[in-house]
Amino acid sequence: MKKDWLPLLLIPAVAVVALPLVGSPTSWVTLTAAGLAMGLMIFVMASGLTLTFGLMDVLNFGHGAFIAVGAFVAASVMLALSPWMTVDSLWLNLAAVGPAVLAAMVVSGVLGWGFERVIVRPVYGQHLRQILVTTGGLIVAEQLLKVIWGPDQITLARPTALRGAFLLGDVAIEKYRVLAVIVGLVVFAALAITLNRTRIGLLIRAGVENGEMVEALGYRIRRLFVGVFVAGSALAGLGGAMWGLYQETVTAAIGAQVAVLVFIVIIIGGLGSVGGCFVGALLVGLSANYIGFIAPKVALGSNILLMALILLWRPQGLYPVAKR
Amino acid sequence: MAEPLLSLRGVKTDIGRYHILHGVEFDVPEGGLTMLLGRNGAGKTTTLRTIMGLWRATAGEVRFAGRNIAGLATPDIARLGIAYVPESMAIFADLTVQENLTLAARSGPPDQKRLDWIFSRFEALKRFWTLPAGNLSGGQKQMLAVARAIIEPRRLLLIDEPTKGLAPAIITNMIDAFRELKDGEASLLVVEQNFAFARQLGDTVAVMDDGKVAHTGSMAAFAADDALQQHLLGMGMGEHQ
Repeated sequence: MKKDWLPLLLIPAVAVVALPLVGSPTSWVTLTAAGLAMGLMIFVMASGLTLTFGLMDVLNFGHGAFIAVGAFVAASVMLALSPWMTVDSLWLNLAAVGPAVLAAMVVSGVLGWGFERVIVRPVYGQHLRQILVTTGGLIVAEQLLKVIWGPDQITLARPTALRGAFLLGDVAIEKYRVLAVIVGLVVFAALAITLNRTRIGLLIRAGVENGEMVEALGYRIRRLFVGVFVAGSALAGLGGAMWGLYQETVTAAIGAQVAVLVFIVIIIGGLGSVGGCFVGALLVGLSANYIGFIAPKVALGSNILLMALILLWRPQGLYPVAKR
Repeated sequence: MAEPLLSLRGVKTDIGRYHILHGVEFDVPEGGLTMLLGRNGAGKTTTLRTIMGLWRATAGEVRFAGRNIAGLATPDIARLGIAYVPESMAIFADLTVQENLTLAARSGPPDQKRLDWIFSRFEALKRFWTLPAGNLSGGQKQMLAVARAIIEPRRLLLIDEPTKGLAPAIITNMIDAFRELKDGEASLLVVEQNFAFARQLGDTVAVMDDGKVAHTGSMAAFAADDALQQHLLGMGMGEHQ
């Protein structure tokens, strides 16, 4: 089968089209870097959600809870280690950020495990109930975050080594955005290797297409689903921690806010497709930054417009998954 | 008399509000091929899916090798040595032919001797080994679906309309493959609409009508009885050749 390159080509196409509209090449480079960083952070948060939908047809509107919890847990650890965050040492900065991110992933993963058992499991195969109970789960989680961390937003300064920008001639690229791009690409590579080079990945890909047949071959798809759900929740926690540092503030609504972008991305990409999710996230990140610069008044609706255009072109998303 | 490998007694299955199976009873002897025949809507596919645990029996017993498997989950039933080829084939279209077969071989990488035997019957699978299965023709997909079920030795194969959409030459290969399987390691329960195929291969037959088994016996006797065929299937086998 010929590889479908068209959706992938959209990424450079959007960037090329934006160049004359932005006008200044230096602004264009800055916006492109910002768009890629934003896109890859959204990809980290969205990748687990698209797989859980693909595997078990579960519409988890509570995914934002894992993002928010990840952001709060990471913020707490970083605030506790604030002397290491403010010192001018890359290693001490990383010694603070590393455990914070790890804690965010662990807590979000554990929360995901509980969420699947208590909230998702009773409503397998019932989309309307899934939407209702997972949305309810998100609301409860938001309120619990306010109970635990208080109703005020937490200000989260980036560590000293990740402040400022790399200067390439006239172009300034924020250091944190470079880190976000690196982390996003590492997550994408890890997922791609897992899905394409391992037996568990083979099972996940087959399960996304036809879970019933995977069961008929002798594999317990529900166990696989729980594993993917927990991993997806942990990745959402990682994304939440990254997004909190990106915004430099954390609020209880952070998950719900980003979840809108996450859903747009997985719909654009094709539900169940990690590759599609990757391309969709980059498109959303880039277009949000370009349009925010070129026409700020329409920036809010730009992602919806992008989704509408892509669905008019490919109604099942950029890389639709073959379903039974 | 030897105990049958598979035995259904009083099996009832409901799908939603609809009662599909109304007390199905028949046996599949060890080491033979049983044809499950019947008009469209008689409950043949539901019977296979119920055996496989894909739909739950609401009453009755499904005994496999002496054990009631009616309450077991589908993966546990598969792990007892039962393979299933659905009518829709259910191949994984985004996975390559190789990946489809690798996944079906639960105990490790597919055995090369076994693969060579499968390739000797279904040559196209070798030719398109690294291509996504979604690119195969309908007949090739059917070959892959059957190959997936036989990539490792299984005690019982449940196959739903294996010849649907296949060219005559491929059907001949499939007949040879099924003969070798039933003479060797496996017993087969095959749902089939192609009566010429059914008559050539079947040792025993169970004919379903309206969610029940209306007739069981040897295929030879059934093939010779035009009046019974007319009564149960609406036409004689001779009309299908």
